Amino acid sequence: MAVLEAPTRPHKKRLSSDRQEWGSPATYFIAFVFIALCLGPVIYIILGGFRDNSQITNSPAGFPNPWNFDNYAEVLASSTFWQQVGNSMIAGLATTIGVVTLGLMASFILARYRFAGRGAMYSLFAAGLMFPMTVAITPLYILVRDLGLMNSLAGVILPQIAFGLPVTIIILVPFLKAIPDEIEEAASIDGTSRLGFFFRMVVPLSLPGVVTTGILAFVASWNSYLLPLFILSDQATYTLPLGVQAFASQYSVDTAKVLAFTSLSMIPALIFFTLFERRIVGGLTGAVKG
Amino acid sequence: MLLAGPAIVVFVGFVILPVVLAGYYGFFRWKGFGPATDFVGFQNYMIIFADSAFHDVLRHNGFILVLSLVLQGPIAIVLALLLNRKIRGRSLIRVLIFVPYIISEVIVGIGWGLMLQTSGSVNGLLENIGLGAFQRDWLSDPSIAIWSLMVIISWKYIGFAVILFLAGLQSIPDELYEAAAIDGASYWQTQRSITLPLLGPTVRIWAFLSIIGSLQLFDLVFIIWGQYVASTAGTSTMATYMVANGRTSGNFGYGSAVAVVMFLISLVIALIYQRFVLSRDTAGALTEGKK
Repeated sequence: MAVLEAPTRPHKKRLSSDRQEWGSPATYFIAFVFIALCLGPVIYIILGGFRDNSQITNSPAGFPNPWNFDNYAEVLASSTFWQQVGNSMIAGLATTIGVVTLGLMASFILARYRFAGRGAMYSLFAAGLMFPMTVAITPLYILVRDLGLMNSLAGVILPQIAFGLPVTIIILVPFLKAIPDEIEEAASIDGTSRLGFFFRMVVPLSLPGVVTTGILAFVASWNSYLLPLFILSDQATYTLPLGVQAFASQYSVDTAKVLAFTSLSMIPALIFFTLFERRIVGGLTGAVKG
Repeated sequence: MLLAGPAIVVFVGFVILPVVLAGYYGFFRWKGFGPATDFVGFQNYMIIFADSAFHDVLRHNGFILVLSLVLQGPIAIVLALLLNRKIRGRSLIRVLIFVPYIISEVIVGIGWGLMLQTSGSVNGLLENIGLGAFQRDWLSDPSIAIWSLMVIISWKYIGFAVILFLAGLQSIPDELYEAAAIDGASYWQTQRSITLPLLGPTVRIWAFLSIIGSLQLFDLVFIIWGQYVASTAGTSTMATYMVANGRTSGNFGYGSAVAVVMFLISLVIALIYQRFVLSRDTAGALTEGKK
């Protein structure tokens, strides 16, 4: 299971000649500059929330002086913000559970059974990877409307599950293929049915892949913009990305408050990512190697 | 087999069916209410291909596609080689460079939009360090706006490329480097003859994802420029054109036809790419089904 090992494997031994040719201060310097460029805008957003509007107008690139906690306090005290956090949570968790459950079942079939049309089925899902939601959004909107799911989170969740399946299946199939046949034989000798094998052996053994795909699905749902933009027009059903944008246009003169709202809305995805970074990187490795 | 049933139903219902429906609606003049009855044949398509605004978005998408590959690819490979070396805090660095990729497009758009406006922090910073002469209207000047967009796109997505390449580097067996060292190869010889060829499959997959992403670009442009300003600032894409001329103006038939054109352009490019580039990787995720 190279997929599991990749992120935690001790780093390969470097050749001694490398270090002499490349002074390591230069490496650190370039890494530092790159990190600074990556984080600069994020820090701008977070610090901007601690300033007030006159500070931002007078010195657009300055630091908070004095520090102002009112913006964050006001956002945290507003029921709109928490309602949107709740909506995003519901959509994210439901999407994650749906993608992982359906994806695991389909991957199990694709990985462990030989049947006519198996290649075609895999290609069908893999093809979905090539076509993100943008292409299908107009008819998808009509479809969801005709199903009576406009302005409901279900209208966002179901398409998100469908569009999350390709990545999930492509990551999970190698995991399930890697389970040795001997385990399945042993299980069947012990009188376990195929379904029993699925629940008792496959689910626990593929847990790392399941976590990876689950996190990817959750973060994708948490950040999803286009689909909610089409489906959710009632403020009460807004997820955070829509809420952030509505807030930004509603309070366009109150830059500091917009920045506070924006930085608070990115915290959950960042926490999730930090906790599971190794798994995500590991899962991507598996996907690349196929 | 039954286990795969729900996945197939959901996938066909919400992915395949809408794409097929787009093909159907594209032949109608249809406002989205009641059944589509006003069949107009290929008229929508003729309007699309005659519309100079659509020519603009094609040019913008092409520009973004090529520049994403040319800018992000080499920079990401160099950074990945650098970060693959044994340095302190490597795992922390890997988390930090992935941060822009994890943040939602909405947040990136709002943050960069505020930074790049004429009274924003980028111009403020230039003023502070004595480069006030370089202050620009980064978002509305049509000769600059698409470069601003390129900077934002690169900022957002380069971390993903670096992480992918790092993962690819980790899968190169140590024995090859040991053998190269015994043969007396220099650092650069080793990189050129071992690392880069073996990183090939990863780079080709990344390029594929980048190309598809460039063709579908929507969120960032829509959030920063909105649906109408984007065309005057020169940053509109096929997807923003589709939304502005489809759903927003209530022309669902026309919007569907634009979606079909987008789909076909993506499909043709994807197939050409698979046929001539990805087919070199025998076990690539996207080619496995066709073995």
